[in-house]
Parts: sequence; C-alpha cells; structure tokens
Amino acid sequence: MSVDAETVRRIAHLARIAVPESEIEHLQGELNAMLAFVEQLQEVDVEGVEPMTSVTPMAMKKRADVVTDGGIAGDIVKNAPASEDNFFLVPKVVE
Amino acid sequence: MSELNSLTLAEARDGLKKKSFSALELADAHLTAIEKARALNAYVLETPERASAVAKAADARIAGGKAGPLEGIPLAIKDMFCTEGVRSTACSRILGNFVPTYDSTVTANLWRDGAVLLGKTNNDEFAMGSSNETSFCGPVISPWRRKGSNTPLTPGGSSGGSAAAVAAQLCLGATGTDTGGSIRQPAAFTGTVGIKPTYGRCSRWGIVAFASSLDQAGPFARTVRDAAILLRSMAGPDAKDMTCADIPVPDYEAAIGKSIKGLRIGIPKEYRLDGMPAEIEKMWEQGRQWLKAAGAELVEVSLPHTKYALPAYYIVATAEASSNLARYDGVRYGLREQASDITDMYERTRAKGFGAEVRRRVMIGTYVLSAGYYDAYYLRAQKVRTLIKRDFEQCFAQGVHAMLTPATPSAAFGLGEKGQADPVEMYLNDVFTVTVNMAGLPGIALPAGLDSQGLPLGLQLIGRPFDEETLFSAAAVIEKAAGRFTPQAWW
Repeated sequence: MSVDAETVRRIAHLARIAVPESEIEHLQGELNAMLAFVEQLQEVDVEGVEPMTSVTPMAMKKRADVVTDGGIAGDIVKNAPASEDNFFLVPKVVE
Repeated sequence: MSELNSLTLAEARDGLKKKSFSALELADAHLTAIEKARALNAYVLETPERASAVAKAADARIAGGKAGPLEGIPLAIKDMFCTEGVRSTACSRILGNFVPTYDSTVTANLWRDGAVLLGKTNNDEFAMGSSNETSFCGPVISPWRRKGSNTPLTPGGSSGGSAAAVAAQLCLGATGTDTGGSIRQPAAFTGTVGIKPTYGRCSRWGIVAFASSLDQAGPFARTVRDAAILLRSMAGPDAKDMTCADIPVPDYEAAIGKSIKGLRIGIPKEYRLDGMPAEIEKMWEQGRQWLKAAGAELVEVSLPHTKYALPAYYIVATAEASSNLARYDGVRYGLREQASDITDMYERTRAKGFGAEVRRRVMIGTYVLSAGYYDAYYLRAQKVRTLIKRDFEQCFAQGVHAMLTPATPSAAFGLGEKGQADPVEMYLNDVFTVTVNMAGLPGIALPAGLDSQGLPLGLQLIGRPFDEETLFSAAAVIEKAAGRFTPQAWW
C-alpha cells in the first residue's frame, strides 16, 4: 500500500501536525518508504493467531476505587503555558 | 590513588564504606570530569549544586551508620526520566522548560538508596532514534574514535548520553530506556554494559512514554557487577504502573561469579545475516568459545519470525507513540504556539515542537491506526508479535536457558553517515535487539572486544522472562574472558 498527497494531508491533520504544502511531497516519499518496509508482514501466515494484548502473562492489577492522591491543583497547572485560578487556558472553543 | 571517577561503582561503594574518601570528594571528581568533557555533549543539564548537597548528606548518613546500598554513588539520568525540580525534556523542544513536580519511580528508588544525581543525559528526541542525532540538544559525540582518525562517531541511541557518560567516566553508572535497543545498542557502541530487564521489572511511572508495551528502563555501567547493583535498586513492584510485576527483586550481585556449568545457551541461526561483517561473526564465535570453556552447552536454535520483528516493531511502536504523544497539545505543559483557533494552535505547536523523526513516526502511527487500515497494519503486527514471542517460548521450553547473539550488526558509525536518504537504513541497527522488546524478554549487551579500527563490539545475551540472574552470571563469564575497554581521552 502507498499513500498519495491527499492522504498525507489527511494524516497530518488527524495527527494535529501542521505540514506546509512544500513538504508534502517529501513526506509522502518518506511515509511510502516505511510502508514499503512493513509490507513484508503481509507474507506471514497469521491465520488463527491471537494478537498480543499483554506482554507478560499477568492478571491486571486492581485496587479499591478510592481517591489515593489529590489536592495538588497547583502542581498540575505548574508547567502550563497559560493558566488562571488553577484552570488551563485555551483559545476560545465555543462561540 | 587514581582519579576517583575511574573507579568502578563497586570499588567506589567499598571505598566510601571504608571512608577512604568522602561522597563529596567522589562527586567533585565527577563534576570536574564532566566540566572537561562538554565537547561530548553527553549531559544536557548538569546539577552540581544538588550533587554537592546530596553528597554531603550521604557523607552524614555514612558517618551515622545509616548508608543505603547506593549511598554517595554519583549517577547520570537519561532525560526521559522525570526528576523532581530538575528540568526533564526528553530532549524535545516541545518539553523545553518542563520541570516535573515528581520523580519517576525508578529515580525515586535510586535516591531512596542514596544515589547522587550529577545531571541529565542526552538522548534521541523522545528516544526515537539509534544515533542520538534526533535530539533537540544536538548529537552526542562518542568518546571513542577510530584509530588515527578524528571523525566524530555516534555513541548510539537513543540513550547516547548515558552510554557516553559511563564510557568517558563522567559518572559511575547511568539510567537508560530501551524500546527497541536503546540501551543495548549504545552499550555495544561504547564498550559499556547495558541491560534491558524483562518488561514489567522496572516501573514505567514517571518515564516519558514512547511505546508503552515495549518501553523498559535499565542501567548502564562499566562492569557487569555494577549493572547488577544498579538494577537491584531500580527495579521492584509499583502500584502506580499496572504493568509493573509484583515479583520480589533478587540480589543480582550474588549472580556474579556463579558457575554456568551445564547452562544451555541457544545460538539462533536467523541472526547470521547476509553481509554481516566478518569481525562481528568472529566476535560471536569467540563468545561461544568463552561460554563453552566455562562449561555451558551450546545448541543451535531457530527463531523463524526474526526477520519480521523490525517491520512489526515499526507499526506497534509508531502506533503507540502517536497515541502517547497526543498529550503534547500546548495546553498542559511545554511549548505553545499562539493561534486564534484551538485546532490551529495544536497543529502549529506540534509542528514546531516535534523534530522531523518524531513527526514522521507520529504520522505513520496515526495512519496505521486510522479507520480502514487498523486490521491490515496494527492488528496484523500484533499477531506477528505473538509469533515472535512464541519462537522464544518454544526454545525455552526445549531447555534453553539463554541465547547468545551479536548486539549490533556493525561497530559505531560516523555522525551523519546513516539514515539521511532512507530512514529505514537507521532502523536496521536494531535488528538484533528489537525482537527482545517485542517478546518482553530481558537482554544484556556487553563488550566482547575491539574491531580492527579500535572500536568496541558487543555481544547480547537474551534470557527467560524475569531471569536476569542467568544473564548476569553468563555476562560475568564473558567479561572475565574479554576484559574491559576504556576509550583514550581526547576531549
């Protein structure tokens, strides 16, 4: 499989990465090189094989559904580029 | 007495205990060495004030008879680990000014045991690379050079700064992370020892996530014993990481010097690549002879899906990366590019904050997870992963205790020599290491000799899940036979 320029634009938007029009062609070449590399997986017989969902065989750890941490709003927003009264600030979303 | 920074970690630990020198003197010797070695670009942040203060506190605990297992031992920490109050960036522009309000579990474990932070080390941006060239902080220059040449070489990647700092004696040990070979390949390139433990042995909490089902932390050191000492402190159960195993951590140091008589070592035939340099083949053969001489039994084994590990890895790793890196949105931390519209803000922030390799991988990951392509790529890759793991399981079921392979298909290469035209060329560096991450197994790389150009070559031992001890025992045998390798200081 390979991607065309329109697909590259669509992927870039899905990934929320601005890509200038001048870079589309170059990026298309790079993505297609990678897709060509992974193409060899198509020859593997995976009939009846379960996909790996857990690296080591272990039951998922569970804990009581209680608050174990908190009261650190100041810490949470400490590295935010813009915050006010312990809220994150973003450009206007709803008109 | 020789310079304190040329001691091994075990020697320094014993010297501190005997009060032959103080933790402050030990820290100072390293800080001086670091200052002289800035040309290597191994450290992206030096923390001398903190090192001195913590070393003084360590001296007080040693004097009071309350020393921890790593009391006063100066270490370097890869910039992928969050360190409380100390800038942590994953060497990405997007995290440029991030100062965590918490420590990763692994670093917290090291401080609990008395270790001293010297600074944060350079790595490929978000650990995505095999040469440290994708770092926003610039590449690391290897302390190693080819005989009679000044060409700057890569120390490998992604943990290039940690590997270079250990090799150049700028710390007694360092942490790394390994998603596809990022500890073992740089260890091989710099003549150091590096182990990626079993998936789940070390907590991933507080480590910048790249590919969560593959990432594992591990140590770099100049000897197998030192790596064993460090891993014991780093590892252990952690309620904050659901994939961290609730298994007690053995005293790995006790495995050093243990006989390997009767150990069955598998030699996977698929690792004999076409066009592999003769020197790599020779070193591999030498390693087999050393293990045999120590009483191990060598058996040829087959891991038929080996060739599919790298392509499957680049689907799984990019898919998980695209999801993990969604958090860099210009809202919660790091860089923000201004825009009037929120989508525009996201897109501009991520375009500016991520380097070319990261952008490429996030986009590939987005594509393989997107509607209509998920089954063909991601689901198939996860099925192939099951087959890769099954290959190993079948060998272990036949009584194989560990496997011996080369760590890398070549010695270190020059900066700018690989991957310029085709990114896949760089990825091939990880051909021997990536299978281990895909199967979640432990793997250790250690130096086995120097090539004709005077550069280190490394061997890799792959073990059964949670059996790092066998790896330490077998690696100690190889180390005893091969000796240790130190670069000539030119910096």
